[in-house]
Amino acid sequence: MSGEDDVIDNLIIAGKKVRSRLITGSGKYRDESIIPQVLAAAECDIITVALRRVDFDNPSENILKNIPKGKILLPNTSGARNADEAVRIAHLARVMGCGDWIKIEVINDQRYLLPDNQETLKAVDILAREGFVVLPYMTPDLYAARRMVDAGAAAVMPLGSPIGTNRGLKTLELIEILVNEIKVPVIVDAGIGRPSHAAMAMETGVGAILLNTAIATSEDPVAMARAFKLAVEAGRMAYLAGMAAQSRTARASSPLTGFLDESGNHLKSGV
Amino acid sequence: MSFYEKIKQYRKFDFEAFFSSVKDETVRRILEGDRLSELDYLALLSDTAGKHLEEMAQKAAFLTRRHFGNVIFIFTPLYISNICDNVCAYCSFARQRHIDRRHLGYEEIRSEAQRIGSKGIRHILVLTGESKKAVGIDYLRKSIEIISEHFSSVAIEVYPLTKEEYGILCAAGVDGLTIYQETYNEEAYRQYHQGGPKEDYRFRLDAPERACLADIRTVTVGALFGLYETRTEAFFTGLHAAYIHDRFPRVDVAVSLPRLRPLAGEFDSPHSLDDRQFVQFLTATRLYLPFAGITVSTRESAEFRNAILSIGVTKMSAGVSTSVGSHSGNPSTSQFEIADTRSVEQMKTDLHKMGFQAVMHDWSNQLVR
Repeated sequence: MSGEDDVIDNLIIAGKKVRSRLITGSGKYRDESIIPQVLAAAECDIITVALRRVDFDNPSENILKNIPKGKILLPNTSGARNADEAVRIAHLARVMGCGDWIKIEVINDQRYLLPDNQETLKAVDILAREGFVVLPYMTPDLYAARRMVDAGAAAVMPLGSPIGTNRGLKTLELIEILVNEIKVPVIVDAGIGRPSHAAMAMETGVGAILLNTAIATSEDPVAMARAFKLAVEAGRMAYLAGMAAQSRTARASSPLTGFLDESGNHLKSGV
Repeated sequence: MSFYEKIKQYRKFDFEAFFSSVKDETVRRILEGDRLSELDYLALLSDTAGKHLEEMAQKAAFLTRRHFGNVIFIFTPLYISNICDNVCAYCSFARQRHIDRRHLGYEEIRSEAQRIGSKGIRHILVLTGESKKAVGIDYLRKSIEIISEHFSSVAIEVYPLTKEEYGILCAAGVDGLTIYQETYNEEAYRQYHQGGPKEDYRFRLDAPERACLADIRTVTVGALFGLYETRTEAFFTGLHAAYIHDRFPRVDVAVSLPRLRPLAGEFDSPHSLDDRQFVQFLTATRLYLPFAGITVSTRESAEFRNAILSIGVTKMSAGVSTSVGSHSGNPSTSQFEIADTRSVEQMKTDLHKMGFQAVMHDWSNQLVR
């Protein structure tokens, strides 16, 4: 992929350069042994794994065996229902050799699976002080995002729509505000169901996309992973290229005010 | 507040008249929507909705895969005592039955746990009969502590406990509760349970709430189909799960639809539930509660379980015995005859063939203790 670095710029998280702006998950697959092929097709550098699914006592069943070496492992705290549980899960991840990166996921509602920003903020505060690279999954709220960044979050991860729904960027307006105001990468996490959703998110200037369901439950996860890779790259390129503004009304190619000159007078036609 | 208040609201409700009033248009309107009301759910249990079963199943399958993915969570039951003080008309463990009674000592429990664990099972469901004398809270606590050493997640299906007792067992390693109301109809409940502490309908009905207050993580509820009119039993099962979710949204709520099986006590079921109706209730429950787990036990045959897998099931047992001491080669009388005798490995292979991953490990109490 050399040469593309000129066009596809790098994502920087906590000082680490990450080439791919697509992050994938590891759950919901009908067969986990396909994960290496999916990661290869997605060309992603970061993969998130729910620590709840890792059976450290049983290596032959351990999901980590399917994660190729060289990837950044982003364990997540799925199953945590408050800050305390998220912190404990993060500690265990570190002890078990999963590294210092942690995606905070604190969920208190099993119907919509929406993240609890208040508890998440508490966990960010504790874990960032302890030296973790903390990426909080959050409901897109400017004040909560600012507080998480102040507490040491290396990125913020607002949801596009409820996790697993594939409904796309229902929170677009709020995510755009985060992109404008938050100085760490904004990573859209959850809700991205189609490559067009991913491209649209990237066009707004978000740093990266994290998605799982759309790839894991598609009929051909490998092909879908490649489709998302291309969409993320296209969206990023479009953002960097500076997209033409949209308008609800038609714009004539020939300007209507072309008869005015720089001095403020109208141009004499000489006729 | 108690779920009892919700049941009371429907005491004078004319279910038959409601079912008769459900039109095809009603069912179509419900299937086009996203969020079902209580009465929408009830309408999907009607005979009219039964004519739309394929459409219901398609939507149920879609919702299940969207929320849970292409996976089935696997667990195994571990019976540690069949001593029971209750007089339940339909149960082979009931006090009046002359059966081989077994009550495992702690070393026997350790041995059973080791044997089950060696098969790759990481999630266990611990079952007992009801006897405060033989199966007291201290015995349960010590048993759970031993069992927790061998499994990542431990659920219980025991007699209803107080909030404090649930707290003791949670501290010992329990994270899940399964408790069936048997029948939600209070009058029928009284007729089936004439003797023993199980006579107390309310104490059993409120047990899931007490467990939630003791901070349990998952709760599975349901009725035993065969004891009372099946559509209302399905209705109150779904309402019970929804009620628990509304009060404790952090808790993973699940339902099961167990059907009465042949047993040592020879009980004739007055309200049978046929396969087609079972599938209708399963799909209606999925549409009403897209986020709820749905467990199907070995009361159902391997063939039937395979057939309904993709429609809405999320959790299945494998390598099952319903007798005490069976994993160590010394089984007592079974609670009921199982219809699916597949081993853990057979189940994993079969699921794989059908495009599902058998998930053996989905939680560990070590994560938060």
